[in-house]
Amino acid sequence: MANAGPPPNSILPSLEAVQLTKTYGSFTAVSGLNLKVEGKKCVGFLGPNGAGKTTTMKMFTGLISPTAGSARIGGVDVTKDKKAALASCATLIETPEIYPSLTPREALSMLCEIRGVAAGERRKRIDEALGKVKMTEWDDKKVGSFSKGMKQRVNVASTLLSDPEVIILDEPSTGLDPRGMSEVRDIVKSLSDRLVFMSSHLLAEVTEVCQEVAMIDHGKLLVYDTIENVTAKFAGGGGSVEIGFVKDVDAQTQAMVAKINGVKEVARSNDKHLVVRFDAGTISQEKLFEGVAGLKAGAISFQHSSGLEDAYLSLIKETL
Amino acid sequence: MGTKAGATQVGSLSQVVTVTKYNFLNYFRARRFYVMLAVILLISVLLTALVGYYRPVAFLGLPGTPASQAVLGFYGAAWGGTGGFLSFSSLVVILSAAFFGGDAISGEFQNRTGYFLVPNPIRRSAIYVGKWFAALVASTIILVVFAVIVMGNGLFYFPGAVPWEFEQSLLFAWVYLVAALSLTFAFSSLFKSSSISILMSVILLLFVFGVVDDVSMFVAGIEPWYSITYGAGIISSILVSPYPQHEVTESLGAAFGRSRTSANPHFVISTYTASVPEGLEILVAYFAVTAALGLWLFVKKEFTS
Repeated sequence: MANAGPPPNSILPSLEAVQLTKTYGSFTAVSGLNLKVEGKKCVGFLGPNGAGKTTTMKMFTGLISPTAGSARIGGVDVTKDKKAALASCATLIETPEIYPSLTPREALSMLCEIRGVAAGERRKRIDEALGKVKMTEWDDKKVGSFSKGMKQRVNVASTLLSDPEVIILDEPSTGLDPRGMSEVRDIVKSLSDRLVFMSSHLLAEVTEVCQEVAMIDHGKLLVYDTIENVTAKFAGGGGSVEIGFVKDVDAQTQAMVAKINGVKEVARSNDKHLVVRFDAGTISQEKLFEGVAGLKAGAISFQHSSGLEDAYLSLIKETL
Repeated sequence: MGTKAGATQVGSLSQVVTVTKYNFLNYFRARRFYVMLAVILLISVLLTALVGYYRPVAFLGLPGTPASQAVLGFYGAAWGGTGGFLSFSSLVVILSAAFFGGDAISGEFQNRTGYFLVPNPIRRSAIYVGKWFAALVASTIILVVFAVIVMGNGLFYFPGAVPWEFEQSLLFAWVYLVAALSLTFAFSSLFKSSSISILMSVILLLFVFGVVDDVSMFVAGIEPWYSITYGAGIISSILVSPYPQHEVTESLGAAFGRSRTSANPHFVISTYTASVPEGLEILVAYFAVTAALGLWLFVKKEFTS
């Protein structure tokens, strides 16, 4: 029998930004972004604060409209036909709130009805989703009494209801405790049979669950490739460590660390941590440790960072 | 990819029903529904007690007043309002519209519930309409509760049938509720702050339109056909027998009012009363214009942090 070609549902899920632009007055949040991610995989979406990650994701979900260009899901322009574009796409943007007087079961039931999950399947889908985020025993309590982390678990559950082909997650671990973050990572890893587009500031999380990364800064795409290729191309020689301090790191300490022999670059990853890139070799590493200890600035931990962190620091020179 | 095989698109009408159902559930369980109900019950208890204790003429009529006039007088005072004061029914309508509609849309932005609902395969118009229906159902319950209490009082003092004028007045009050909710939803779409949109709705409906009506009639001598509260005057007017004249002009001498013409130096004031068709037209126009405006604003509005 002649091959009739692939059935329609074998076409790969995709997200595509075509000259996607968003401006607010004179400020350009996203500038002519061209990006196409396609296939069943997890793609990390990285960039510093204010880089345009959330703005891009909001344009993909109809929360805001592009100033120019288009955001397409499965080839359908979200601005022109949001309903069709999001028919097989689940989203979690920022940290949504749920109507406080509803229970998780009711809130998820509302989404099931909106998304067209068959009436006979709804209970099973909701049970499964709540089970995955460990919220089964809270299914009949009002959401208004929940902590931020519990609400975020329900939000994560909401993305699993309708068996979507594409899932857009904007920092899904926000507000979760360490166990919750680990559980979300496991959930995302389990979604390998669909396209997951996930923004995160946690590079270790992205390294663990994603196969590819797209990095943007100042609204422009810097790179989109597999993590291996990005690491190989941009991590450069040498290594990097994350140094933890007992107190907030001030600019003076950061400057002193930057002056240590062999140090190539220093960036603050949060109030009490510096990420330091240094020349290759154990001698440089030894000098760095001695130098930091000699500063007596309250350094309490040294941790090797991943190649993705090196690439990130190499590509993104400054943060807001 | 297109739409995934098995991923069905739900019709917008079904989605409106879904949004209505869950928003009403949210309203019904929320504190504000019971606060509103308590306010209505408080008004009703005070009304019942004051009428029972003082037996005011304004409510029960003078001895010898024909029964049909006295009944209308009771409903006019208890429901429709007398002497130019804001009627109880209008107060219930305005408070309900502000309570249930004032932050219905702005809350989606300020409370971030829109981030849960909007990024789904549903048109914003379906969300807007669904929320509007939920607010209408909740407000209608409040209005009906008040109407039932007024009717109970009416039947106690004037046993027998409820006058058809009251039934009409109730219907007009509901039409006013429809228009007022549409207006408050438009304000709710305009502002991102819930408290501002609620406050603006109350101030406008409770004070501003009333002042505009008075200034328009008494100072400018123009019929305030553009005012929603003027149109809502039919709620009270239908309970007056005979129905008030469209325009009544009174001469007040030189101390107050305006000179009608140079040929007639006496100062006069004009009082206008909307006829039933005119009142309904005004209310329907308010509903249509503010519904379109509110919907357009919500569709265009962006979820920015």
